[in-house]
Amino acid sequence: MSQQPTPPPMPSPIRLVLTLALIAMLSGVTVVFAYQITLEPIARNHRLALERAVFEVLPGAVDRANFLVEGDSLTALPDDEGDRANVYAGYADDGTLVGVAMEGSARGYADNVRVLYGYSLEDECIIGFTVLQSSETPGLGEKIGSDPAFLANFECLDVRLNDAGTDLANPIRTVGPGEESEPWEIDGIAGATVSSQAVGRALRESASRKIPVIRDHAQLLTEERN
Amino acid sequence: MQPDSLSFIFLNAFLINNFVLALFLGLCPFVGVSQKLETAVPMGIAVIVVMFVASVCAYAINLVLVRFGIEYLRLISYIAVIASAVQLVEMTIKKFSPTLFRMLGIYLPLITTNCAILGMALFQTFNDYSFGQSLIYSLGAGAGFTLALTLMAGLREKLQLANLPDSATAAAISFMLAGLLSLTFMGFAGLGS
Amino acid sequence: MAPVSNGEDTPRFDNLTSGVWRENPVFITLLGLCPSLAVSNTAVNSLAMGLASAFVLLGSTFLISLLRNAIPKQVRIASYIIIIATFVTVVDYAIHAISLELYNALGAFIQLIVVNCMILGRCEAHASKNRLPKAMVNALGTGAGFTLALFMVGSIREILGFGTFFGVSLFGAGFQTWAIFILPPGGFIVLSLWLLLFSYIERRRAANTGHIAGGAHAT
Repeated sequence: MSQQPTPPPMPSPIRLVLTLALIAMLSGVTVVFAYQITLEPIARNHRLALERAVFEVLPGAVDRANFLVEGDSLTALPDDEGDRANVYAGYADDGTLVGVAMEGSARGYADNVRVLYGYSLEDECIIGFTVLQSSETPGLGEKIGSDPAFLANFECLDVRLNDAGTDLANPIRTVGPGEESEPWEIDGIAGATVSSQAVGRALRESASRKIPVIRDHAQLLTEERN
Repeated sequence: MQPDSLSFIFLNAFLINNFVLALFLGLCPFVGVSQKLETAVPMGIAVIVVMFVASVCAYAINLVLVRFGIEYLRLISYIAVIASAVQLVEMTIKKFSPTLFRMLGIYLPLITTNCAILGMALFQTFNDYSFGQSLIYSLGAGAGFTLALTLMAGLREKLQLANLPDSATAAAISFMLAGLLSLTFMGFAGLGS
Repeated sequence: MAPVSNGEDTPRFDNLTSGVWRENPVFITLLGLCPSLAVSNTAVNSLAMGLASAFVLLGSTFLISLLRNAIPKQVRIASYIIIIATFVTVVDYAIHAISLELYNALGAFIQLIVVNCMILGRCEAHASKNRLPKAMVNALGTGAGFTLALFMVGSIREILGFGTFFGVSLFGAGFQTWAIFILPPGGFIVLSLWLLLFSYIERRRAANTGHIAGGAHAT
């Protein structure tokens, strides 16, 4: 209504503070309540997503265990601490070790590209690869996750260690499409050069840091399920 | 350039992932205050100042939240603190520089509900930036916002003279221009890699 | 303008439909664009974003309309923001629990619903002045209009950019997708085209009824 001769008197500051405090408290309780209810389903979603990715890069694996590589040490983590782990061992249904899944990341075209790859200790090569997160250009850089010819690079990408066991014998390299001549080279995708190179860098950096540690402690990985 | 180097973080927020043109943040002032260059520039400066203050506040709050394990209150505390920070900036400017206040004054309240500020605070938290990185990120984001706003204002000043169909309202044409600007900014992707 | 607070407390059908079409928050009043355009690159994402925003709008309208006489005028904006932020946090956790894939696709933009000017605007202009039933009906209409608008932008972007609709392939393998429509420029361009269409329709209708179209056209 338009006639407002005198504005209503200012309520006391105490009333203002009390109202705000009451609303804030109510909101706090609601949020905590929602947090408690969703805690369990969220943790389950994360676990399922992680397992799906791990089993994808380690063909034949049906079970996983969490490990953490820190400096030169490899430690086993409990099953529910998948978030903290950076190395996941995958086991076949008879309990034998299929391989190890590890994360790598490198700067792509638009943002960081996070990848997960499977490493077979037996064959000393990378046997699987999937993109966890990327915002590469759809139709171009995005192909690193779907292009069949590119994914064929990871049927067995050579990551043997040097004689001293401290680093890769032959660092992984991304070369132009169709130029691959060595087993440690990745055939890039035409039109997605930067993204293909990012994948190569992510794998090289992560593999040369983690694989020596993993081979040093290979005992721990096989013991975990025996 | 390393992905976490300061120069790259600045470049990323400034051009590659420009807040307005790539992330769609801060569209309301982008469309509302971009009619004239003379209003666009002060608005941009105000956003840079507020972003910088908000970045410091958000970093401090996040430390407290993580320390006590109450991250679920993050959103509520961020929005409350940003709103108060804007008020504080407003009062400080008013006290120490009335000239500056006359220039920026009317834009400051608008900024409280500007998604770019809260977006910046959330992104810096999600990216686990250190204190220095957060500050550089906020400066880059603010500068990127100012750049987009200024470019847009320049274009719209020219547009006044153009002969457009009757149905082409200011908003529709602005978004079309924003789309073309955004397309140009995509050329910055891959910079520094 | 909206027939806000005209003394009638009974909700009318008009309250519901005005938010959907005549005062559509996205196409007509241009509110709440920021957190919404960014994730409208597929039909599913835009629908989820629209529904999440609509839920927050309904929840906050409910509480604010209920408490409208208890909240002093001086602290009303602060109270509204706290209430909205609460509902947004709840929605954020709910989406996270329902689907991780959706949560990753929407990212930080769920939390950014809190600064959606459409919600605060509705709360301030309508919920704080009207009784519960009327405020709820208005919020329902606005929420539906918002969801519809996002869905219209999102479906066009998905159909042209991916050649799919809700993930179902439409054109067969030979279709060359227009990647630009999934990228940020596509969002701006599709929205701009919808705005052009809306203003064209509006002008045609105004011309037919002999009225001059409301609102000065600035250019």
